[in-house]
Amino acid sequence: MASPTVIALDRARDQKALDARAWAAASAVPDPEVPCVTVADLGILRGVSVDGASNMATVFVTPTYSGCPAVLAIEMAVETALLDAGFQAKIERVMSPAWTTDWITDAGREKLRAYGIAPPVSGSGKRALFDDPVVSCPRCASENTAKISEFGSTACKAQWQCRDCAEPFDYFKCI
Amino acid sequence: MANAAETAVARADLFTAVLSLADDHLILGHRVSEWCGHAPMLEEDLSLPNIALDLIGQARSLYTYAGAVEAKGRDEDALAYLRLERDYRNLLMVERQNGDFAHTMLRQFYYASFMVPYWDWTANNSADETLRAIAGKAVKEVRYHLRHSSEWVIRLGDGTEESAARMADAVDTLHIYTGEMFQETAAMKACAEARVLPRLNNLRGLWEQTVAQIFGQAFLTVPEVAYPQEGGRDGRHTEDFGFLLAQLQYMQRTYPGLEW
Repeated sequence: MASPTVIALDRARDQKALDARAWAAASAVPDPEVPCVTVADLGILRGVSVDGASNMATVFVTPTYSGCPAVLAIEMAVETALLDAGFQAKIERVMSPAWTTDWITDAGREKLRAYGIAPPVSGSGKRALFDDPVVSCPRCASENTAKISEFGSTACKAQWQCRDCAEPFDYFKCI
Repeated sequence: MANAAETAVARADLFTAVLSLADDHLILGHRVSEWCGHAPMLEEDLSLPNIALDLIGQARSLYTYAGAVEAKGRDEDALAYLRLERDYRNLLMVERQNGDFAHTMLRQFYYASFMVPYWDWTANNSADETLRAIAGKAVKEVRYHLRHSSEWVIRLGDGTEESAARMADAVDTLHIYTGEMFQETAAMKACAEARVLPRLNNLRGLWEQTVAQIFGQAFLTVPEVAYPQEGGRDGRHTEDFGFLLAQLQYMQRTYPGLEW
């Protein structure tokens, strides 16, 4: 007969394993608009917690931009991934603290660069009204680049161009 | 989510104040979305729908919260699509037709330079947790809108004879509507007193400073306003608004309960 302490420890370990398995399933979901990175790479996936009794995984997701049309697609994809992994799933949208590009992981930044998107310059926050960051070209790494437009193909990106290799590229805006 | 009970403001006042803010964002977002496919250059054809998306996204959060505060079972769609013209509380400026690109950019500049300090205050000081969260996200987005529109006001004002004339015409047309942004309704006053939303009068100085700075670089003059235009906050709208609503509400009116 195991002592109550051992049972409690076992339960805690089971809970940890369950949470980890649910996290693994949810975190592998790619972003629908930037499929080279996962929702975990982007820092959109804030946490997963499983209720062992009901097998219900509650997923905490934070949107990048208020009007990002990918939010719904991301939530559905995460839900599907959890169902596939044998969980019930419930999505909770977390608004605060607001998502920041600082939450993109180092691995995520590398994947973005390899994909041809310049990752956001670290250290979000207020900049002077017309102060532009130094962005290096994802193709040739030159810092001799210029902004073409404040907005790009998705809410999270701006259009830039390299003045050395002439490559036009997306820059993941720093917010 | 609704934490209206935790602050000192009456539910009815909080509902009305949040609703008027939501209306500003929805109607401006709708107007800006009309540019999709019509902008003068490709980059702007991407910028304008992106800005519209931000505004409509902010409107959705605000409507959802307003519905929760009201607690009568109205969701974001019911509030956005199923009210009558006189029930909308948006600023007159945001419902005006887009006009040319200069008019659109100037209106964006006027509104963004007002919303930056508005959201900034709310994100940092509001006693209402939900509004603090919405503001924390929105302030990052609207800073971009301000940069973008400021650049265009300067580029057009300090551009060719033609572009400068159009920007000056936009100032003549739109400046008379800017005073309404600072018109404090009874509901807004109640929210300000409970430190839920900012005192509009306290934002005025910052707004005027931004306008003076950008107009200085754009060689534009801040006009004297003899007859400020107001009415939107009381539900008295311009003729343009009925046509806008006819298009905006078409799908929900034709197919009630339609969902994406």
